[in-house]
Amino acid sequence: MSAVTADPVSPEPSRLAALGPAVEAVIVPIGAVAAAAALFSLFLLVLGKSPLTFFELLWRGGFGTAFSWQNTLIRTAPLIFTALCVALPARLGLMIIGGEGALVIGGFAAAVVALPMIGVMPGWVAMPVMFAAAALAGALWIGFVGYLRHVRAVNETIASLLMFYIAVAVLNFFVEGPLRSPTDPNKPSTAPIGADFKVGSIPGLDVHWGLVVGVVLAIAAHVLMTRTTFGFAARVTGGNVRAARAQGLPVGKLMIATCALAGACAGIAGYFEVAAVSGKANASLIAGYGFTGILVSFLARHNPIAIPPVAVLFGGLAAAGGLIQRRMGLPDASVQVLQGLIFLFILVSETVYGRLSLFSPETRR
Amino acid sequence: MTDVVTTVAVAMFAGAVRVSTPFLFVSLGECLTEKSGRINLGLEGTLVFGAMSAYAVSYLSGSPWVGVLAAGLAGSLFGALHGAICRLPKVSDIAIGIALMLFGTGFAFFLGKGFIQPTAPRLQAIDLGFLVSDPQLKVALQINPLFFIGLILAVVLWWGFANTRIGLVVRMTGDSAATARAMGVSVDGVRFWATTVGGFLAGVGGAFLSLFYPGSWNEGLSSGQGLMAVALVIFSRWNPLACVAAALLFGAAGALGPALQSVGISQGYHFFNAAPHILTLAIMIATSSSKRSLKGAPGELSITK
Repeated sequence: MSAVTADPVSPEPSRLAALGPAVEAVIVPIGAVAAAAALFSLFLLVLGKSPLTFFELLWRGGFGTAFSWQNTLIRTAPLIFTALCVALPARLGLMIIGGEGALVIGGFAAAVVALPMIGVMPGWVAMPVMFAAAALAGALWIGFVGYLRHVRAVNETIASLLMFYIAVAVLNFFVEGPLRSPTDPNKPSTAPIGADFKVGSIPGLDVHWGLVVGVVLAIAAHVLMTRTTFGFAARVTGGNVRAARAQGLPVGKLMIATCALAGACAGIAGYFEVAAVSGKANASLIAGYGFTGILVSFLARHNPIAIPPVAVLFGGLAAAGGLIQRRMGLPDASVQVLQGLIFLFILVSETVYGRLSLFSPETRR
Repeated sequence: MTDVVTTVAVAMFAGAVRVSTPFLFVSLGECLTEKSGRINLGLEGTLVFGAMSAYAVSYLSGSPWVGVLAAGLAGSLFGALHGAICRLPKVSDIAIGIALMLFGTGFAFFLGKGFIQPTAPRLQAIDLGFLVSDPQLKVALQINPLFFIGLILAVVLWWGFANTRIGLVVRMTGDSAATARAMGVSVDGVRFWATTVGGFLAGVGGAFLSLFYPGSWNEGLSSGQGLMAVALVIFSRWNPLACVAAALLFGAAGALGPALQSVGISQGYHFFNAAPHILTLAIMIATSSSKRSLKGAPGELSITK
C-alpha cells in the first residue's frame, strides 16, 4: 500500500494490470455462464415456458432451503472428485473424459471387497480397505489409459471413453450375474454393505463426509500442482512436451502417475456413492457425474482450487432437476441442455482471454 | 454343433451388413473432416441428434426419406457449429467436440421425449433374398438402401480425394495449413465445409439407427458408435475404402452379442455387447505407436501430433 502513495505517477495501472489475469479468470467464465443462461431462456420462451419460473425453481431446488442445500452438497462431492479426474491430466495436456468409468469401477471394487468382510470385520478395518480398493481400482483404470498413451501413443480421450463402456459391462455382468443379491428383486444389485460399513454424515449437516474429503483433495491437488517438483514438471510437460523431454523430465512416468492419481479421485467418488449414498453397487452408479465433472473442470479452467465452488453450482443444478421437471413439465434432459450450452460458451470464451482491452496492460499505459 | 456355428456366422454376416451402416456413415464423415486437418469428437452427439430428428420428422411427415434428409440437415448444423467455433483463436477442436457430444445427446433427449411412444414409418429394405435358397440367408440379405449409398459414397470420396480439385484442396489444408494459405485457400473455410458435410453424413448414420436398425427412438439407442467411428478412421488410415472394411468388422463385432443370444448363449452377454468397444481399444493399441507418426495421417491433425 505504501508503494502506491509514494509513487503517485504510476499508481493504479500496473496494479490493475497485475490483477488483470485474475479478474479475467473470474469475469470471463461468469459472462459465459450468463450468456448460456440467456440463450437457454430464449429457448424456453420459444417453447412457451417461463425462464423466470425456471431460474426461480433452480434457485429453490438447489439453494433455497436447508433441504435443497443438503441435496446440492450430496451431489457436489462426486463432482469434485470427477472434475479432479479431468483437471489433473489436463495440466499435462491430456484430455481424459472417461472419469465415469473409473467412478463405476471404483464403486464396484469397494462393494466387492466389502462383501466377504460383512459381519466378520469391524467397520474401522473394512472402511479403509474399501476406500483403498476404490482408489486403487480407479487409479489402475485411468492409469492404464495413461500407460497406453505413453507406450503406444493411443489417444487418451477416445481410449478413456471406450473404457467407460467396458466398465459398465463389467458392472452389469457381475451385478446381474454372479454377485446379484436376492434382497433387491427390482433392481439388480450386490448385497447391501450394511450399516457398520456406511460412511456417516458431517455433524450438523445431513451430508456425508465425501464433501470434506473432496475439498481436502482439491486443496491437496492444488498444492501438488503449484508447490511441488512433481507439479512443476507436470506443468512444463503440459506446456511443451519436447522442452520437457529435452530437460530430461520423465514425461512417460509423469503421464502415468498423473492419470493414476486422476483415476484414484474418480474411484473415490465411486466409493462414496456406494458407501455413503446407495449402500450397494448397482446401475445407479452410472449417474453421469463423470460427464458433468468434465464441465466442472473446464469451468474451473482445470484449476483444482476453483473446482469445489464450481461443483457446488452444478450440484445445485442437478439437485433442482427433479423439481423443474415436475413443476414445469420439462423433460429431465433440460438440465443437460443447459449444461451443454454452458460448456459451449465456456469453450468459446477461451478465445476472449487477453483480448479484453479493459484488462490488458498495453491499453492502460 | 455345426448348425450353431452356421447360425452364428450367418447372424454375424447379416449383423455386419446391418450394424455397419451407421459406423460407415459416421466414419466417412469423420474421414472427410480429419482430412481437412480437424477432428470432430462430437459426432456421437450428432449421431444421436440425427437419429432423433429422423424419427420425429418421419413420424410427422409420414416419409422416412424426408426423415433421413432432416437428420442430415440437423447433422450439418452441428458440424457447422463445430466448424464455426473452431475458427476462433485458442479454441480446442477436441474440447468443442466433447461439448457438442454432451450437448447433442442432451438436446436430442430433450426434444425427443415426445417421440419415444409413437411409431414412425421406417425405411424399407431391398430384398436380395431371391439370390439364395437358405431361409436364414434370405433374411440376412434384406439390405437397406443406405448401406449401398454408403458404399458408393466411400468410392466417390476415395476417388475424389485423389482426383479432384476439391479433394486436393481438402488434403492440402489437412497436411499443411501454411501451404494452403500460400496457395490462397481459406483454411478455416475449407475446414468449416469439411466439418459441415461430415456432420451431414453422421446425421444420416443416426437416421439409419432410428429408422431401420434397431428401428426405434429411445435414449439408449447409441452406445458410443459415433465415438468408435472416430477411432475407426484412425485405424483405416484415413482411407475411405478401408473405412468400409473397418465398418463391416465393427458391425460383425456388434452383432456378436445378439447372434449368440439367438442360439441361447446369454451368459456374459454384457461383455459381448461391449465387444465393439473392446475391439476398438485393442485395434487402437495394436496399430498406434509412439515411435513413429501414423502413416497417412493428415499433418495438421491435433490428435496425432
